[in-house]
Amino acid sequence: MKHTITVLVENQFGTFNRVVTMFSGKGFNVNSLSIGETETPEISRMTIVTEGDDKIIEQVVKQLNRLIDTIKVVDLTAQPRVERELALITVYYQKGNRADIISVCNIFRGNIVDINNKTITIEVTGPPDKIDASINVLEAYGIKEMARSGTVALKRGEQIKPDKKEQVQKNNLQVDK
Amino acid sequence: MKEQKPILSGAEIFFECLRREKVEIVFGYPGGAVLKLYEKLYDVDFLKHILVRHEQGATHMAEGYAKASGKTGVVLVTSGPGATNTVTGIADAYMDSVPIVVFTGQVPTHLIGNDAFQEADIVGITRPITKHSFLVRNIDELASTIKKAFYIASTGRPGPVLVDLPKDVINSVCEFEYPEKVELRGYKPTLLGHQNQIKKAADIIKNAKRLLFYVGGGVIMSGGHRELKLLAKENNIPVTMTLQGLGAFPMNEPQSLGMLGMHGTYWANQAVNNCDVLVSLGARFDDRVTGKVDAFATNAYKIHVDIDPTCIDKNVVVDLPIVGDVKHILAELAAEITSPPDFDDWWIQIQKWKEECPLHYEKHDGKLRTEYVLDCLNEFTKGEAVIVTDVGQHQMWTAQYYKFNHPRSHITSGGLGTMGFSVPASIGAAFAIKDRPVISISGDGGFQMNIQELVTAVYNKLPIKFIIINNSFLGMVRQWQELFHAEKYSFTDLGDSNPDFCKLGEAFGMKSFSTNKPEDVNPIFEEAFSINDGPVLIEFKVEKEDMVFPIIPSGATLKEMMTKRLDPKEMT
Repeated sequence: MKHTITVLVENQFGTFNRVVTMFSGKGFNVNSLSIGETETPEISRMTIVTEGDDKIIEQVVKQLNRLIDTIKVVDLTAQPRVERELALITVYYQKGNRADIISVCNIFRGNIVDINNKTITIEVTGPPDKIDASINVLEAYGIKEMARSGTVALKRGEQIKPDKKEQVQKNNLQVDK
Repeated sequence: MKEQKPILSGAEIFFECLRREKVEIVFGYPGGAVLKLYEKLYDVDFLKHILVRHEQGATHMAEGYAKASGKTGVVLVTSGPGATNTVTGIADAYMDSVPIVVFTGQVPTHLIGNDAFQEADIVGITRPITKHSFLVRNIDELASTIKKAFYIASTGRPGPVLVDLPKDVINSVCEFEYPEKVELRGYKPTLLGHQNQIKKAADIIKNAKRLLFYVGGGVIMSGGHRELKLLAKENNIPVTMTLQGLGAFPMNEPQSLGMLGMHGTYWANQAVNNCDVLVSLGARFDDRVTGKVDAFATNAYKIHVDIDPTCIDKNVVVDLPIVGDVKHILAELAAEITSPPDFDDWWIQIQKWKEECPLHYEKHDGKLRTEYVLDCLNEFTKGEAVIVTDVGQHQMWTAQYYKFNHPRSHITSGGLGTMGFSVPASIGAAFAIKDRPVISISGDGGFQMNIQELVTAVYNKLPIKFIIINNSFLGMVRQWQELFHAEKYSFTDLGDSNPDFCKLGEAFGMKSFSTNKPEDVNPIFEEAFSINDGPVLIEFKVEKEDMVFPIIPSGATLKEMMTKRLDPKEMT
């Protein structure tokens, strides 16, 4: 089964290498992996989509936790979460089918980001299965090349800031009184 | 007024940090990238620097020193080949959780990545075999990095840490301040076990009928041997140990069942298979212990105490995990178990197994056998020596026949199985141990793998007894070829090519002995152990084709255990 795991790591030299070589050294699968800064510049967030039975996923989480530079590991799979991926897809077009391609792009709420006399480049954003679906349709026109960002994900509700939380608690207390 | 911080060079900071970490000894080898450190070392008087003859030797010495003393071993080598030569020792320390810190020189930061002379990406090379590693890119980070390195190496589940030091960082200067403590938000080892889990474990132990303690090296590392002894003796609990666990519980106590696993005793393995509660203490269910995982202790409720959460449920799924420091958890368990459970029937059964299939070897045919040498050695040293073994048949026989009664007395390469470990590791141990004999035991194959370090032992006048068990074969491989590979003795016969070990020992400046007769063993020990101003070499030319029994074939079950060589007449 596929699992989406989010990992907060120290934004330091070699951290990415440590995570990646751990996966290859232990023989774990990586379906996609993305990394970027968080709201705190010295911390990076990695989103890893991996596959395996429960025993393997348990080891993946433990081995990630074991790395010294790892601050927090959460398996989001069983949690309410927002998952997004971005894809850039360059498709060949002919005179007769350009409008068709544009309408496919609109159906998937994509954007046309580049066009020349032979190809058209579409940007699609959404959950990974939506990206898969758009690629499936666009394949019929002939995909010249494609880039996928890999999944990024956050747990729903994570955006509540600590001071806001306190405010909510305070309000609740007042209600109780 | 603000206290003025001293301005120090990188080299000065380096040694000041070692002084603050109470480092007494460094195993090293100079070279281009670390010249500045060696220049400073010339004036350093608070630590001893041991010049090795190959950097692999330095890492094994640091391991031997760490395992014998419980302190962190320190290695200092140059960049490129100096660094890559340490790799096997680092991997060995990683597998056996030995705390060492390896400092490697590196080319100046502006040349990193340029294929500069003697450049190697040692941080990258060692990533999968270190607990952690650092490349110090700025002198401001030097002191705090060294502090972190020692902290990470020695806490939690110990392991090797590598610190890569570019030449320009060492050559520059900065204000020196040594941090009081280490703050690593991603690294906080769990020490105290979960209270409810411990209570539950105690309840299960109290109600066990056929309890067994399965003890690994973690008990020795945590210093929990006293707690273990108390708990096991007071409650008459059978204790079996892994290769790394030997010495955690005294083998002269009646509760000791000796080693379990592939070459473990018949009764220890029977106890594992028939116990109703198995308590694993600082052990990791290695494949050499479990054999076929599905058939390992199938009837037992399994409790697993370990400081490393990744060890839990990795090889064998357990019923009750407790993550924490085993010393602390043993003490808590002892406090919970107030009335000793009754294991009389269980002990009667174990005794039966002991009588059914004891360890045995042929004693009366006048031939010299390793088991006999070890019996004599055990007798002669009264089980008080520190024994450093290499890898192979002699290693397994030592584990079976030498009666280890103290922790940190059995030092061997277990996880990685590194031939060539014993000679340098015994040198490291001899720097830590002054009041007990240090004995290195190797086969004729492994002895030749780090033979250059004999110089280090002679030069430092270390009274090590280097014993070579010479059967003219790579014995363990030969044994597998005979048992499992159609008797094709492919490249395992060293008989024609071995050097004259006695002449070799004398060339290094050691008094050397050799025999192939059982009656010579004790007189040689008498003479060899009377020499204390330097090492001696003792070669025992033993039976060429003896095999280690019992053996459970790799991935097999206890049912397939072989206890003796099959008689050709019995094979039909």
